[in-house]
Amino acid sequence: MKKAAIIITAILGILLLRAAEDLPKWGDPASPASLYVSNHYIEKSIEETSVPNIVTSVLADYRGYDTMFETVVIFCAGITVLTILRRTHRRNKKVIMPRPVRSDADIILQSASRLLVPVMQLFALYVVAHGHHSPGGGFQGGVILGASMILLAISYDIQFALTRFKEKTVLVFSAVGVLIYAGIGAICLVLGRNFLAYGAWAETLGISEVEAHSHGMLGVEVGVAITVFCIMLSLYIDLASGGDLDEGL
Amino acid sequence: MIWDASLLWQFDLLILPMVIICAIAALSLKDLVSCAVVSGAFSFLMCLLWTEMLAVDVAFTEAAVGAGVSTVLLLGTALHIKRKSKD
Repeated sequence: MKKAAIIITAILGILLLRAAEDLPKWGDPASPASLYVSNHYIEKSIEETSVPNIVTSVLADYRGYDTMFETVVIFCAGITVLTILRRTHRRNKKVIMPRPVRSDADIILQSASRLLVPVMQLFALYVVAHGHHSPGGGFQGGVILGASMILLAISYDIQFALTRFKEKTVLVFSAVGVLIYAGIGAICLVLGRNFLAYGAWAETLGISEVEAHSHGMLGVEVGVAITVFCIMLSLYIDLASGGDLDEGL
Repeated sequence: MIWDASLLWQFDLLILPMVIICAIAALSLKDLVSCAVVSGAFSFLMCLLWTEMLAVDVAFTEAAVGAGVSTVLLLGTALHIKRKSKD
Protein backbone atom coordinates (compact mmCIF):
# COMPACT_ATOMS: atom_id res chain seq x y z
CA MET A 1 0.00 0.00 0.00
CA LYS A 2 2.76 2.39 0.96
CA LYS A 3 4.78 1.47 -2.13
CA ALA A 4 1.76 2.09 -4.35
CA ALA A 5 1.30 5.51 -2.74
CA ILE A 6 4.93 6.42 -3.40
CA ILE A 7 4.70 5.30 -7.03
CA ILE A 8 1.49 7.28 -7.63
CA THR A 9 3.01 10.37 -6.00
CA ALA A 10 6.16 10.06 -8.09
CA ILE A 11 4.17 9.72 -11.35
CA LEU A 12 2.00 12.70 -10.45
CA GLY A 13 5.08 14.72 -9.53
CA ILE A 14 6.77 13.99 -12.86
CA LEU A 15 3.57 14.91 -14.74
CA LEU A 16 3.26 18.18 -12.81
CA LEU A 17 6.91 19.07 -13.43
CA ARG A 18 6.44 18.41 -17.17
CA ALA A 19 3.33 20.60 -17.14
CA ALA A 20 5.17 23.34 -15.24
CA GLU A 21 7.54 23.75 -18.19
CA ASP A 22 4.62 25.01 -20.29
CA LEU A 23 3.59 27.68 -17.77
CA PRO A 24 4.29 31.29 -18.83
CA LYS A 25 7.57 32.71 -17.56
CA TRP A 26 7.51 34.38 -14.18
CA GLY A 27 6.45 38.04 -14.58
CA ASP A 28 5.82 37.64 -18.32
CA PRO A 29 3.69 40.64 -19.48
CA ALA A 30 2.20 38.55 -22.31
CA SER A 31 0.94 35.73 -20.07
CA PRO A 32 -2.84 35.19 -20.07
CA ALA A 33 -3.12 36.24 -16.42
CA SER A 34 -1.82 39.74 -17.11
CA LEU A 35 -3.63 40.36 -20.42
CA TYR A 36 -7.29 40.95 -19.56
CA VAL A 37 -8.56 42.67 -16.40
CA SER A 38 -5.19 43.05 -14.63
CA ASN A 39 -4.22 46.05 -16.74
CA HIS A 40 -7.40 47.84 -15.78
CA TYR A 41 -6.70 47.24 -12.08
CA ILE A 42 -3.10 48.38 -12.34
CA GLU A 43 -3.83 51.52 -14.34
CA LYS A 44 -7.17 52.62 -12.88
CA SER A 45 -6.95 51.52 -9.24
CA ILE A 46 -5.70 54.82 -7.80
CA GLU A 47 -7.98 56.85 -10.07
CA GLU A 48 -11.11 54.89 -9.15
CA THR A 49 -10.52 54.04 -5.51
CA SER A 50 -7.62 56.25 -4.27
CA VAL A 51 -6.05 53.16 -2.71
CA PRO A 52 -2.30 52.74 -3.41
CA ASN A 53 -2.21 49.05 -2.48
CA ILE A 54 -3.75 47.41 -5.54
CA VAL A 55 -4.02 44.05 -3.77
CA THR A 56 -6.40 45.56 -1.22
CA SER A 57 -8.43 47.40 -3.83
CA VAL A 58 -8.86 44.22 -5.88
CA LEU A 59 -9.74 42.11 -2.82
CA ALA A 60 -12.09 44.51 -1.08
CA ASP A 61 -13.55 46.50 -3.96
CA TYR A 62 -13.33 44.95 -7.44
CA ARG A 63 -13.71 41.44 -6.00
CA GLY A 64 -15.58 42.46 -2.85
CA TYR A 65 -18.31 39.87 -3.37
CA ASP A 66 -15.72 37.04 -3.28
CA THR A 67 -14.10 38.40 -0.14
CA MET A 68 -17.46 38.60 1.60
CA PHE A 69 -18.03 34.89 1.09
CA GLU A 70 -14.45 34.11 2.13
CA THR A 71 -15.34 35.75 5.42
CA VAL A 72 -18.52 33.66 5.54
CA VAL A 73 -16.42 30.52 4.93
CA ILE A 74 -14.23 31.35 7.94
CA PHE A 75 -17.34 32.02 9.99
CA CYS A 76 -18.86 28.67 8.97
CA ALA A 77 -15.59 26.83 9.75
CA GLY A 78 -15.55 28.30 13.25
CA ILE A 79 -19.19 27.42 13.84
CA THR A 80 -18.59 23.85 12.62
CA VAL A 81 -15.66 23.28 14.98
CA LEU A 82 -17.75 24.72 17.79
CA THR A 83 -20.68 22.44 16.99
CA ILE A 84 -18.53 19.32 16.93
CA LEU A 85 -16.26 19.95 19.92
CA ARG A 86 -18.01 22.21 22.40
CA ARG A 87 -19.28 20.47 25.52
CA THR A 88 -22.08 21.94 27.59
CA HIS A 89 -24.07 20.50 30.46
CA ARG A 90 -26.54 19.13 27.92
CA ARG A 91 -23.89 17.64 25.61
CA ASN A 92 -21.46 15.72 27.75
CA LYS A 93 -19.84 13.40 25.25
CA LYS A 94 -16.21 14.39 24.90
CA VAL A 95 -14.96 14.02 21.33
CA ILE A 96 -11.30 14.61 22.18
CA MET A 97 -9.66 12.55 24.93
CA PRO A 98 -8.53 14.43 28.09
CA ARG A 99 -4.84 15.05 28.75
CA PRO A 100 -2.94 15.60 31.99
CA VAL A 101 -3.30 19.23 33.04
CA ARG A 102 -0.20 21.38 33.35
CA SER A 103 -0.24 22.62 36.92
CA ASP A 104 2.71 24.99 37.32
CA ALA A 105 2.78 28.51 35.89
CA ASP A 106 5.87 29.58 33.93
CA ILE A 107 6.87 33.03 35.19
CA ILE A 108 9.24 33.78 32.27
CA LEU A 109 6.60 32.90 29.69
CA GLN A 110 3.97 34.96 31.50
CA SER A 111 6.14 38.07 31.87
CA ALA A 112 7.26 37.89 28.24
CA SER A 113 3.74 37.49 26.93
CA ARG A 114 2.52 40.36 29.12
CA LEU A 115 5.06 42.60 27.35
CA LEU A 116 4.37 41.17 23.92
CA VAL A 117 0.57 41.14 23.82
CA PRO A 118 -0.05 44.94 23.83
CA VAL A 119 2.52 45.43 21.07
CA MET A 120 0.93 42.67 18.98
CA GLN A 121 -2.54 44.13 19.41
CA LEU A 122 -1.43 47.64 18.49
CA PHE A 123 0.39 46.29 15.44
CA ALA A 124 -2.70 44.31 14.45
CA LEU A 125 -4.84 47.45 14.57
CA TYR A 126 -2.23 49.23 12.45
CA VAL A 127 -2.28 46.40 9.92
CA VAL A 128 -6.08 46.60 9.66
CA ALA A 129 -6.24 50.38 9.45
CA HIS A 130 -3.26 50.79 7.13
CA GLY A 131 -4.10 47.90 4.79
CA HIS A 132 -4.81 50.34 1.95
CA HIS A 133 -1.35 51.82 1.91
CA SER A 134 0.91 48.96 2.93
CA PRO A 135 0.67 45.15 2.85
CA GLY A 136 -1.94 43.85 5.21
CA GLY A 137 -5.64 44.18 5.73
CA GLY A 138 -8.50 42.61 7.58
CA PHE A 139 -7.44 38.97 7.38
CA GLN A 140 -3.87 39.50 8.52
CA GLY A 141 -4.80 42.03 11.19
CA GLY A 142 -7.54 39.79 12.53
CA VAL A 143 -5.21 36.80 12.67
CA ILE A 144 -2.54 38.78 14.54
CA LEU A 145 -5.18 40.05 16.96
CA GLY A 146 -6.37 36.46 17.46
CA ALA A 147 -2.77 35.28 17.92
CA SER A 148 -2.26 37.80 20.72
CA MET A 149 -5.25 36.40 22.60
CA ILE A 150 -4.06 32.84 21.89
CA LEU A 151 -0.66 33.78 23.36
CA LEU A 152 -2.43 34.92 26.53
CA ALA A 153 -4.39 31.68 26.61
CA ILE A 154 -1.20 29.61 26.19
CA SER A 155 1.01 31.40 28.70
CA TYR A 156 -1.65 31.74 31.39
CA ASP A 157 -4.62 29.48 30.75
CA ILE A 158 -7.79 29.57 28.72
CA GLN A 159 -9.87 30.90 31.58
CA PHE A 160 -7.50 33.87 31.92
CA ALA A 161 -8.10 34.84 28.30
CA LEU A 162 -11.83 34.17 28.58
CA THR A 163 -12.25 36.52 31.55
CA ARG A 164 -11.05 39.29 29.25
CA PHE A 165 -13.17 38.18 26.32
CA LYS A 166 -16.15 36.01 27.20
CA GLU A 167 -17.07 33.10 24.94
CA LYS A 168 -20.48 34.60 24.28
CA THR A 169 -18.93 37.91 23.21
CA VAL A 170 -16.53 36.07 20.91
CA LEU A 171 -19.38 34.26 19.17
CA VAL A 172 -21.61 37.34 18.90
CA PHE A 173 -18.78 39.41 17.44
CA SER A 174 -17.82 36.74 14.90
CA ALA A 175 -21.32 37.19 13.48
CA VAL A 176 -21.16 40.99 13.85
CA GLY A 177 -18.09 41.11 11.56
CA VAL A 178 -19.91 39.34 8.72
CA LEU A 179 -22.93 41.58 9.34
CA ILE A 180 -20.76 44.72 9.06
CA TYR A 181 -19.46 43.53 5.71
CA ALA A 182 -22.84 42.53 4.32
CA GLY A 183 -24.46 45.61 5.89
CA ILE A 184 -22.12 48.04 4.16
CA GLY A 185 -22.97 46.29 0.88
CA ALA A 186 -26.71 46.23 1.59
CA ILE A 187 -26.81 49.94 2.43
CA CYS A 188 -25.30 50.58 -1.02
CA LEU A 189 -28.37 48.73 -2.38
CA VAL A 190 -30.69 50.93 -0.30
CA LEU A 191 -28.93 54.05 -1.59
CA GLY A 192 -29.73 52.99 -5.15
CA ARG A 193 -26.52 51.34 -6.36
CA ASN A 194 -25.32 47.79 -6.79
CA PHE A 195 -24.43 45.55 -3.85
CA LEU A 196 -21.01 46.59 -2.43
CA ALA A 197 -20.72 49.59 -4.82
CA TYR A 198 -19.17 51.83 -2.18
CA GLY A 199 -19.62 54.95 -4.36
CA ALA A 200 -23.18 55.10 -3.02
CA TRP A 201 -21.84 56.30 0.34
CA ALA A 202 -20.46 59.53 -1.14
CA GLU A 203 -23.47 61.76 -0.47
CA THR A 204 -24.19 60.37 3.00
CA LEU A 205 -20.59 60.88 4.15
CA GLY A 206 -20.13 64.15 2.28
CA ILE A 207 -17.03 63.02 0.35
CA SER A 208 -16.21 62.32 -3.28
CA GLU A 209 -17.11 58.95 -4.79
CA VAL A 210 -13.46 57.94 -5.06
CA GLU A 211 -12.89 58.57 -1.36
CA ALA A 212 -16.12 56.72 -0.59
CA HIS A 213 -14.57 53.63 -2.21
CA SER A 214 -11.54 53.95 0.07
CA HIS A 215 -13.69 54.43 3.18
CA GLY A 216 -16.00 51.58 2.20
CA MET A 217 -12.99 49.28 1.92
CA LEU A 218 -11.83 50.32 5.39
CA GLY A 219 -15.26 49.51 6.84
CA VAL A 220 -15.30 46.14 5.12
CA GLU A 221 -11.78 45.32 6.34
CA VAL A 222 -12.82 46.10 9.91
CA GLY A 223 -15.69 43.63 9.53
CA VAL A 224 -13.34 40.95 8.20
CA ALA A 225 -10.87 41.59 11.03
CA ILE A 226 -13.55 41.23 13.73
CA THR A 227 -14.81 37.93 12.31
CA VAL A 228 -11.34 36.46 11.78
CA PHE A 229 -10.16 37.49 15.26
CA CYS A 230 -13.17 35.94 17.00
CA ILE A 231 -13.13 32.75 14.94
CA MET A 232 -9.38 32.20 15.50
CA LEU A 233 -9.84 32.61 19.26
CA SER A 234 -12.89 30.34 19.26
CA LEU A 235 -11.08 27.67 17.18
CA TYR A 236 -8.14 27.70 19.58
CA ILE A 237 -10.11 27.50 22.81
CA ASP A 238 -12.24 24.65 21.51
CA LEU A 239 -9.37 22.65 20.00
CA ALA A 240 -6.92 23.12 22.88
CA SER A 241 -9.36 22.33 25.65
CA GLY A 242 -11.28 19.60 23.87
CA GLY A 243 -14.50 21.58 24.24
CA ASP A 244 -14.45 22.16 27.99
CA LEU A 245 -12.78 25.58 28.00
CA ASP A 246 -11.12 24.71 31.31
CA GLU A 247 -7.46 23.88 30.65
CA GLY A 248 -4.90 25.25 28.25
CA LEU A 249 -2.11 23.59 26.33
CA MET B 1 12.49 49.15 -11.09
CA ILE B 2 11.84 45.99 -13.05
CA TRP B 3 12.50 43.06 -10.78
CA ASP B 4 14.61 40.22 -12.02
CA ALA B 5 14.11 37.08 -10.00
CA SER B 6 17.46 35.73 -11.12
CA LEU B 7 19.12 38.45 -9.02
CA LEU B 8 18.46 36.35 -6.00
CA TRP B 9 19.28 32.87 -7.21
CA GLN B 10 21.57 32.36 -4.19
CA PHE B 11 18.56 33.02 -2.02
CA ASP B 12 16.56 30.47 -3.99
CA LEU B 13 19.36 27.96 -3.70
CA LEU B 14 19.29 28.36 0.06
CA ILE B 15 15.52 28.29 0.61
CA LEU B 16 14.17 25.81 -1.95
CA PRO B 17 16.10 22.75 -0.63
CA MET B 18 15.01 23.64 2.89
CA VAL B 19 11.37 23.89 1.74
CA ILE B 20 11.61 20.41 0.21
CA ILE B 21 13.34 18.96 3.29
CA CYS B 22 10.66 20.47 5.57
CA ALA B 23 7.85 19.16 3.38
CA ILE B 24 9.25 15.60 3.35
CA ALA B 25 10.02 15.73 7.07
CA ALA B 26 6.51 16.94 7.90
CA LEU B 27 5.09 13.95 6.05
CA SER B 28 7.49 11.29 7.29
CA LEU B 29 7.97 12.14 10.98
CA LYS B 30 6.24 9.78 13.39
CA ASP B 31 5.65 12.29 16.20
CA LEU B 32 2.66 14.47 15.39
CA VAL B 33 3.88 17.38 17.54
CA SER B 34 7.15 17.53 15.59
CA CYS B 35 5.09 17.35 12.38
CA ALA B 36 3.18 20.45 13.48
CA VAL B 37 6.37 22.34 14.28
CA VAL B 38 8.03 21.34 11.00
CA SER B 39 4.98 22.41 8.99
CA GLY B 40 5.25 25.76 10.78
CA ALA B 41 8.86 26.00 9.60
CA PHE B 42 7.69 25.09 6.09
CA SER B 43 5.20 27.97 6.17
CA PHE B 44 7.89 30.38 7.30
CA LEU B 45 10.19 29.36 4.44
CA MET B 46 7.33 29.75 1.98
CA CYS B 47 6.78 33.22 3.44
CA LEU B 48 10.42 34.06 2.59
CA LEU B 49 9.87 32.79 -0.96
CA TRP B 50 6.75 34.94 -1.41
CA THR B 51 8.69 37.97 -0.18
CA GLU B 52 11.43 37.24 -2.68
CA MET B 53 8.81 37.16 -5.46
CA LEU B 54 7.57 40.57 -4.20
CA ALA B 55 4.17 39.13 -3.27
CA VAL B 56 4.36 40.90 0.07
CA ASP B 57 0.65 40.63 0.86
CA VAL B 58 0.73 36.87 0.34
CA ALA B 59 3.90 36.63 2.41
CA PHE B 60 2.24 38.54 5.22
CA THR B 61 -0.76 36.23 5.16
CA GLU B 62 1.48 33.17 5.07
CA ALA B 63 3.45 34.43 8.08
CA ALA B 64 0.35 35.27 10.10
CA VAL B 65 -1.91 32.36 9.18
CA GLY B 66 0.47 29.59 8.08
CA ALA B 67 3.41 30.02 10.43
CA GLY B 68 1.44 31.56 13.28
CA VAL B 69 -2.07 30.46 14.00
CA SER B 70 -2.31 27.19 12.06
CA THR B 71 0.80 25.84 13.81
CA VAL B 72 -0.83 26.60 17.15
CA LEU B 73 -4.08 24.96 16.05
CA LEU B 74 -2.22 21.86 14.80
CA LEU B 75 -0.25 21.67 18.06
CA GLY B 76 -3.41 22.05 20.11
CA THR B 77 -5.00 19.19 18.19
CA ALA B 78 -1.89 16.97 18.17
CA LEU B 79 -1.54 17.17 21.95
CA HIS B 80 -5.07 15.82 22.37
CA ILE B 81 -4.91 12.81 20.07
CA LYS B 82 -2.43 9.96 20.07
CA ARG B 83 0.97 11.52 19.55
CA LYS B 84 2.45 8.71 17.47
CA SER B 85 1.37 8.31 13.89
CA LYS B 86 0.98 4.71 12.74
CA ASP B 87 2.34 4.96 9.19
